[in-house]
Amino acid sequence: MGRVIFFIREGARALRRSAAPGIASIVTVAVTVLLLGVLIPVLQTTSGKADEVREQVGLRVFLFDDASPEEINTLQTQIQEIRNVESVEFVSKAQALKILRDRLDAENKEDLTEQLPGASNPLPASFNVKPDDLDNMEAVRSALTPPGADGKPAPISPIIDEVADSRDEATSIRTVTGAVKWFLLVIAALLLAASLLLVGNTIRLSIYARRREVEVMRLVGATNWFIRWPFMVEGLICGFIGGAIAVAVLFLGKEAVVDPLADSINLIRGEDTIAFATLIAILLGVAMAVSAVGSGLTLRRFLRV
Amino acid sequence: MARYQTSGILRGRERGQRRPEHLTERRSKPPIVELRQASKVYAGGHVALERVSLRVDRGEFVFLVGPTGCGKSTLIKLLIRELEPTEGEVLIAGKDIATLSNDRIPYLRRRIGTVFQDFKLLPSRTVYDNVAYALQVIGAARSEIRTKVPDALRLVGLADKTKNYPDQLSGGEQQRLSVARAFVNHPPLLLADEPTGNLDPATSVGIMQTLYRINKTGTTVVVVTHDREMVDKMRRRVIGLDAGRVVRDQAAGLYSDEESTREFAARLRDELGVEDERY
Repeated sequence: MGRVIFFIREGARALRRSAAPGIASIVTVAVTVLLLGVLIPVLQTTSGKADEVREQVGLRVFLFDDASPEEINTLQTQIQEIRNVESVEFVSKAQALKILRDRLDAENKEDLTEQLPGASNPLPASFNVKPDDLDNMEAVRSALTPPGADGKPAPISPIIDEVADSRDEATSIRTVTGAVKWFLLVIAALLLAASLLLVGNTIRLSIYARRREVEVMRLVGATNWFIRWPFMVEGLICGFIGGAIAVAVLFLGKEAVVDPLADSINLIRGEDTIAFATLIAILLGVAMAVSAVGSGLTLRRFLRV
Repeated sequence: MARYQTSGILRGRERGQRRPEHLTERRSKPPIVELRQASKVYAGGHVALERVSLRVDRGEFVFLVGPTGCGKSTLIKLLIRELEPTEGEVLIAGKDIATLSNDRIPYLRRRIGTVFQDFKLLPSRTVYDNVAYALQVIGAARSEIRTKVPDALRLVGLADKTKNYPDQLSGGEQQRLSVARAFVNHPPLLLADEPTGNLDPATSVGIMQTLYRINKTGTTVVVVTHDREMVDKMRRRVIGLDAGRVVRDQAAGLYSDEESTREFAARLRDELGVEDERY
């Protein structure tokens, strides 16, 4: 117990005596953690949005108006049994009209449907067919309209008017979202590597400045761990302070910028991103661990006297 | 006559070896320092020590003399395993220290107080804390530190400078601080590498007196020195090194085999019955 107190006092003393390397470590850790703190939610939001977009892409199977409810039911079952189909959703004529009205309303546009003669509804009923993966879209489409005797696509049911062909759209979405995900991942990896190197280098410099001291400690009979603990305590303190500064900045940023904007900009609303408390805990933990373990490991090369 | 701190590494294991006559009552203990055909060749081929064999018994006071570059400091470094011999064995209290694992080296060094030529003080600690550190590394209780550190500082005459930092001390004071740190946990063996180098004669005498006092408590003291006057005055065992070899080992020797011109003159005057008008 006395030892623990001794090591803590030693670590704190080293920081007091030579503030410059300590401050350098703290700033480095703060910048790194800030970077991570911004990066993690951004990555999550983007990747979430990309998935959302991918999920919205599906096939629309438009039906003739004279399709009977039995025929519709049969077709729904048929479609559901196709491989790679994740879900089939029936949209009736009335629902289609309502969706259109809601959309016009949401965009504050004039409700054109009121001008339709005699409350007629020109919109067809349809099935929204979602493949389990965007890449399987083509397979599902050709299952719905296999090539007929004359070589042209023939729908599997007579009530199918048209299968909306969103091939181009799907392909470009697939490419773009895929690219965005990879790009973000690479950026994140690079930033992480850069910040780890930065923290490592700062620690190395601060220890290098005291290598004579470490040598003297070795020569008067201090064990490696006896020398190492104060350095690790120092790293722990630097990591904590740096992490705390970064978290404070993140919190201010969230309160002042992100939250007010989130109401108006859908992209940063981020319902499915990490909870702020969890993020703080992770960031602080990582900052302290990296800083302390980094100090301990860097010291190794100076302990070979 | 002497008390011995025997523990761990320095506790003798070999029994029944013959000791010199004057140490017969401690026959069962191996010499505290023993070199067997130890050589040290530095990378680059410089031979610092060449097949050196010597032994130092407990309680002895030994001067290690010789010209610069003759391997004295290398010998000290071998004893605390700051360096390892290229060939041969270095035994401390009968144990070949080459067999120590890295983890055990600190425990060897705790039993050997070392006064380094360049002091090797901790610049960020006060005089008091520098001495205390040597006790802290061995896990001494705070109460023990509070009594032993002032004692050691009093012994070297630094009791009124406890709160100073090493860079606020003179060279002699730093050297004495180094002595205090080396001695504070009463090691059975004290090595001093040029403890009076660069010091004025008065300060040198002070340090030698301190080492002598430490020796009187039973500690074996090995002093590397260039200080001819000191060696001649103390009349202790002198081991002479030259170009990495032991060239001389005398029980109560002078710094040099050969008489100095002054001693030669004194002898001549004695023999011829001439009075020295200077005195």
